[in-house]
Amino acid sequence: MNEHVLSMHDLSAEDVTRILDTAESFREVGTRVIKKVPALRGRTVVNFFLENSTRTRISFELAAKRLSADVINFSASGSSVAKGESLKDTALTLQAMGADAIVIRHSSSGSPLQLTKWVDAHVLNAGDGTHEHPTQALLDLYTMREKLHRLEGLRVAIVGDVLHSRVARSLSFGLVQMGADVTLVGPPTLIPPDAPAWGVHVSYDIDGVLPKLDVCYMLRVQKERQRLEYFPSVREYARFFGLTRARVGLMPDEALIMHPGPMNRGVEIDSDVADLPSSVIEEQVTNGIAIRMALLYLLLGATKEEAS
Amino acid sequence: MSGRDGHGRFVFEGGRIVDPAGGVDAVRDVVVADGVVAGPEAIEGAERIDARGLVIAPGLVDLHTHLREPGDEHKETVETGTRAAAVGGYTAVAAMANTTPVADNAAVVQAVRDLGVAAGLCDVFPVGAITRGLEGDLLAELGEMAAAGVRMFSDDGRAVPTARVLRNALTYVQAFGDDLVIAEHAEDASLVDGGHMHEGIRSASLGLAGRPAEAEEIVVARDLALAGATGGRLHLCHVSAARSVELIRRAKADGVRVTAEVTPHHLAFTDEDLLTYDTNRKMHPPLRTDHDREALRAGLADGTIDAIATDHAPHAIEEKEAEFDHALPGTIGLETALAAILTELVHPGHLSLSRAIDALSVVPARILGAGAHGGPIGPGRPANLVVFDPDREWTVEAPFASKARNSAFLGARLRGAVVATVLRGELVVADGKPTR
Repeated sequence: MNEHVLSMHDLSAEDVTRILDTAESFREVGTRVIKKVPALRGRTVVNFFLENSTRTRISFELAAKRLSADVINFSASGSSVAKGESLKDTALTLQAMGADAIVIRHSSSGSPLQLTKWVDAHVLNAGDGTHEHPTQALLDLYTMREKLHRLEGLRVAIVGDVLHSRVARSLSFGLVQMGADVTLVGPPTLIPPDAPAWGVHVSYDIDGVLPKLDVCYMLRVQKERQRLEYFPSVREYARFFGLTRARVGLMPDEALIMHPGPMNRGVEIDSDVADLPSSVIEEQVTNGIAIRMALLYLLLGATKEEAS
Repeated sequence: MSGRDGHGRFVFEGGRIVDPAGGVDAVRDVVVADGVVAGPEAIEGAERIDARGLVIAPGLVDLHTHLREPGDEHKETVETGTRAAAVGGYTAVAAMANTTPVADNAAVVQAVRDLGVAAGLCDVFPVGAITRGLEGDLLAELGEMAAAGVRMFSDDGRAVPTARVLRNALTYVQAFGDDLVIAEHAEDASLVDGGHMHEGIRSASLGLAGRPAEAEEIVVARDLALAGATGGRLHLCHVSAARSVELIRRAKADGVRVTAEVTPHHLAFTDEDLLTYDTNRKMHPPLRTDHDREALRAGLADGTIDAIATDHAPHAIEEKEAEFDHALPGTIGLETALAAILTELVHPGHLSLSRAIDALSVVPARILGAGAHGGPIGPGRPANLVVFDPDREWTVEAPFASKARNSAFLGARLRGAVVATVLRGELVVADGKPTR
């Protein structure tokens, strides 16, 4: 296991399998009345979130608390960062306060890696710019393996704004690493031109892809004005790339529908589709806590216990 | 030849078939029955039409027509514009998107096509706008329009202002077909705004603000780079400058997916023809120098420029009978294009008749994805034909079938005249006159 969790590229297939297996054992904790184990008692985890996030921050917070770690939440607004302190100085301050692990969410690609050069704590990337979101990819891999009992050979489409999606990058890298067959689908303006070099296929025809899938993974489409340069309208996007009930009919019966959230119902996914039994979007959220517990445990707890 | 209602059966006898797509240039009878070209077995009972001395070719296809409807019906309507097209030998026209409202959505596109069907004179292929409202900012609903049958998109009248928007357009449309075309009006606005003619010695002496050739070259160079990078299909409208031709030639050699058109007026005239401030010869891009005209002619002959397109731009009389700097730009062209090309290029020996038909029909049909047009003229193929007398002389004068009369060729003596136009087996023009 590495010292940090920065990119899916850093994880071997064996690493991924070990993380998923560890998460498997932690998931049971979440079903107990007392959802807590003492594995990280006395360790300090800082959630260093410089970009708005609710679900990922809460998931990390719950993961650390269920492992009995002390958790500090640090967000940009109202902090020293808002007062103009540099990322490096803020990080050094956290270090001086004894952080054992720093979970960082930042709008700048590459900032978690930069952080590792300034602090001794373990760094976990909770999403950096349009680069990577490895814990999301791992929880998605976990969910796929749990439901379909394998990753190798799985046929997965990742549909939507791949260009700006850190989820799509991490998930593509992870799936390819585990031997899955990945197809990126979306308007050509939202697919990186060199994406095939990742070892994935590219298609602009979702209807042609759906019948040959084990998993259809929908990405959130950003509706902000600046995104509208890439496609003409939300309406047109939904017509050509949205997962409608009719399109679900093209998929094999046992295929899964996944989404990293938050969803735009009626844009990339129709409301009735999100609520279908084949949609495992809520399971993804539940599994996210187990994956993050596994990562914190493997980084902070396992080595220490093994050493003692 | 008298007017007749079409869906019958007739044979052109003794005409010279010039059918570049079929590789035919020979005297041969052409039988038309039930809307298609028929084999010799259908000749029985067919009405005989003497075509000796006439040329029979695939109906002409115009990549660049302003039909003005909806919104500017005082200039032209789909009905009058397609009537002009039929009289000029055209069986298909691409209708530009700069109408009011703009053809930037499937509903307007469908309405224009329906008006064309109702008129029944010439097939209308609506061009969709690249950007919403032609504002050069946000992409129009290119996918919706492609699903409604649009094959070509253009903000004609102005260039797409930023490389970023054009790059997105060239990239985005590839989701909806490999053959969709982004057509560009290549003039850099910052260099041409306020200008009225080619910038050079003539604009200087006439005291008119110019539209320099480099305004076109800059946009052509930019667009070629983007087409090469994205793999998108680019079409350059009404190329007018010598250096543009050279840029296109090099890009084609590099494998860039680009096609280009030139207008009859840019092939026929230069800025020397503006000495009388004739507003019918004011257009965008402007008539340029003899050097430019020679380069356009050479580029058309060697295939660097793929097609001849009219940029038929009808205006009301009062919009042209005005001070030169106030007059609106553009010339009508559908009714004079074939005769002008024959007179200026074919008869003097600058261009073969076969290449002329190729550039007026075969290639534009291919660019537009208009499979029923452009030939070949063979059994079972839709009977979309033009029949013309290559030698009949006539003088260009109003009135026209078009609602407008702003022709750059007014008063010109041309050699070559359309005798008949056949649209899916119907004689929509006979004896040079519309049959309905």
